[in-house]
Amino acid sequence: MEPIRIAAQLEEKFPDSILGIMEHRGQVTTSVARTPIVEIIQFLKTEHQMNHLNCLCGVDNLHRTAHVGERFEVIYQLYSIENRILLRLKAQVPEAEPAIDSICGLWTGANWLERETYDLFGIIFNNHPNLKRILTPDDWQGHPLRKDYALKGDQEWSGFEQLKEKAAQLKQFEF
Amino acid sequence: MGKMTNNLVQIEEGIKFIPGASAFVAPLNKLINWGRAGSIWPATFGLACCAIEMMVAGASTNDLDRFGIIFRASPRQADCLILAGTITKKMAPIVRRVYDQMPEPRYVIAMGSCACTGGLFDTYAVVQGADEFLPVDVYIPGCPPRPEALLEGIMKLQEKIMQEQGRWSQFA
Repeated sequence: MEPIRIAAQLEEKFPDSILGIMEHRGQVTTSVARTPIVEIIQFLKTEHQMNHLNCLCGVDNLHRTAHVGERFEVIYQLYSIENRILLRLKAQVPEAEPAIDSICGLWTGANWLERETYDLFGIIFNNHPNLKRILTPDDWQGHPLRKDYALKGDQEWSGFEQLKEKAAQLKQFEF
Repeated sequence: MGKMTNNLVQIEEGIKFIPGASAFVAPLNKLINWGRAGSIWPATFGLACCAIEMMVAGASTNDLDRFGIIFRASPRQADCLILAGTITKKMAPIVRRVYDQMPEPRYVIAMGSCACTGGLFDTYAVVQGADEFLPVDVYIPGCPPRPEALLEGIMKLQEKIMQEQGRWSQFA
């Protein structure tokens, strides 16, 4: 089945939750509401053999002028190994409450991808088994891939300040 | 006796060898520096892409063994730390811990733009030069430096070691 027809079926099944379907160079993107995301992906996984989670990531649309929709998006690239079909879902996540349900129950591999999205964008994944930072240190402040995060950061990481202090202290013991 | 002195073999400027006696005649500074410069054992510590060039430098084409350079997998057996690559702030405390485990005398070579200055990563996550938390002896620019450049850097470190005075005792 063509990806565009799968998207049309999805719209029949979840009429209130599908916000738009776009096709560009043969790639189909479906914009969806965040609430029934687990049901939508469950439907695609069981009914359409979309059995491979290719990628899961976030987007911050803060400075995009032509963008309609919420500030954050969580993007799911689903792939069907049997049918060789790629379908992209864009779940809209509002700035006021940046949270979405976790799909760790469907793919265990989503665990670290969701942790990375949480770490860098600050999007909270409900029901995630272990929602901790994964790339930045545990006591890091802020979420670096947000567009309002300064390139040099807002403040120095406390761990690095401690390291510089320690280096200054140890200097007196140099041989 | 006069004949014996004539038999001294000069193996480096100011360092002489007594044949048949297994003994050297030299100023202590010079002898120790000569020994150290000829046996730099670096810890293998690749942080990013520069590590690939460090591995090439260590391979048979350049044959670092001829300078007495033998890569060690443990900082406790090494006396030179080659920082090959980008040092992120998350990695910096670990780099410092590796350095702290090395016995004296120890030397640090910052290899590549990132280790020297942060390179193009002038961002929240990258240390702007290893000298923010480590005493660096030799800086090797390049992105990444060729193996020949690393070799040149090690030669510079050898020159630096040969210039040292009394680094063999805290009382000197």
